[in-house]
Amino acid sequence: MAQTQPQGGAEDPKMTARAVTVHYGAKPALHGIDLDIPAGRVTALIGPSGCGKSTFLRCLNRMNDTIVGARVGGSVTLDGEQIYGPGGIDPVLLRMRVGIVFQKPNPFPKSIYENVAFGPRIHTLFRDRDHLDQMVETALVKAGLWHEVKDRLHELGTGLSGGQQQRLCIARAIAVNPEVILMDEPCSALDPIATAKVEELMDELRQRYTLVIVTHSMQQAARVSQQTAFFHLGRLIEAGATEQIFTAPAHHLTQGYITGRFG
Amino acid sequence: MSTVGQHHIVKSFDDELKRLHDALARMGGLTEQQLQGAIEALDRRDSDLATQVMNDDGRIDECEVFVNEQTIRLLALRAPVADDLRAVIATLKAAGDLERIADHAANAAKRSLVLNQMPPVAPMRSLVRMGKLVQGLLAEVLGAYLAHDAERALAVRSRDQEVDDLYSSLFREILTYMMEDPRTITACTHLMFIAKNIERVGDHATNIAEMTYFLVTGRSLNNPRPKRDTSALEGALEGFGEE
Repeated sequence: MAQTQPQGGAEDPKMTARAVTVHYGAKPALHGIDLDIPAGRVTALIGPSGCGKSTFLRCLNRMNDTIVGARVGGSVTLDGEQIYGPGGIDPVLLRMRVGIVFQKPNPFPKSIYENVAFGPRIHTLFRDRDHLDQMVETALVKAGLWHEVKDRLHELGTGLSGGQQQRLCIARAIAVNPEVILMDEPCSALDPIATAKVEELMDELRQRYTLVIVTHSMQQAARVSQQTAFFHLGRLIEAGATEQIFTAPAHHLTQGYITGRFG
Repeated sequence: MSTVGQHHIVKSFDDELKRLHDALARMGGLTEQQLQGAIEALDRRDSDLATQVMNDDGRIDECEVFVNEQTIRLLALRAPVADDLRAVIATLKAAGDLERIADHAANAAKRSLVLNQMPPVAPMRSLVRMGKLVQGLLAEVLGAYLAHDAERALAVRSRDQEVDDLYSSLFREILTYMMEDPRTITACTHLMFIAKNIERVGDHATNIAEMTYFLVTGRSLNNPRPKRDTSALEGALEGFGEE
């Protein structure tokens, strides 16, 4: 069932999606998604494997452009500006403003410092070495990693623990001062302690940034998000306040999925 | 398209929810029996039955303990959400109301033992009528709860006014009776307390009706039910002023 009205309509949407479709070759993956991403909040995208939630997430910073045969239709805006089409925001600039963190921590095989400095370097966001040092420190502080790595900044990022690597990737995303951070199952490779640290970080990050997270953990969606959107077979079934979705979902498919009664 | 089944993928979760539901059904049945026993003991001046009601109160307390333990277990181990969460919370709260109802029944039974030592007083007939009305409401609301029938629950909720009306008129009746014949004051005071017990049972039945509505719809009934029990006011204004 396609939604004619945008669900989870926010008063102050940071991003909007209208009639967003994605095809991989001839195969449709998304059938017209209308969703607002409210500013300063965490939006969780949930749904069974293959429902299109990660595909939708990747539409938000044009990561689908990198997949051969992928076609995106409809419109996505960031602060009212189109991100697709001839007048759209330049993808490189867009990905600076809309950062992404993946499921598996993927630090570059460089030092911790260079991992974080990478974005500011390619976008030449710094004045001098001191400024860059400051940017690296700020990003690591915001990612809650500074105290754990400040004495080993020149060791390899890949030498950190899984949870630290993931927070390093978050620091790397933050370093270019993005407005929106997308996270595709950021904790599924982490243990519960590392997961808790990342979840706490998300709660802090939403003071400054808008977050969109894809998660298979219903409890994680319930814990970290303020808005939840449920996807099924390439359609947005229901979106709303997380509290409402987890206490009284409107759609029987949502209820069946989150309670574990899905056939 | 995937289908949503009646059952959880994890079958033991279904079993645990059913165990909770069954425990409440059993507790509801026992509570109905207790209330019925208390009313009958009053009506028939049956001290043996009243004693039995008092002694059986512990069985309902045991049910409540079981529901509480099962609820904590379900919350801790299953982290229920949506309608499962509402079922667990509603059962916990309904069990609390049933336990209170059974307490009121036991209190009524205890006072009936004292009343049986005295000559019968006329307002007892109205009291029994009120008791039977409340008994009917309890049976109805338990049926609605167990069948997840929000409409039926709302109907019970609106009928609690009848109980309040009866209570107010019974209050006046008992007061008049005491003023006319001060020798009945002791018996009538007991009747008054029993009437209050029964009126409170009606309120707890209303709570269960509201829980049923929440369980089925996920929404709370915010508008307070209009109260028409005016006995407190009447007692102050009319009861004693004129004499």
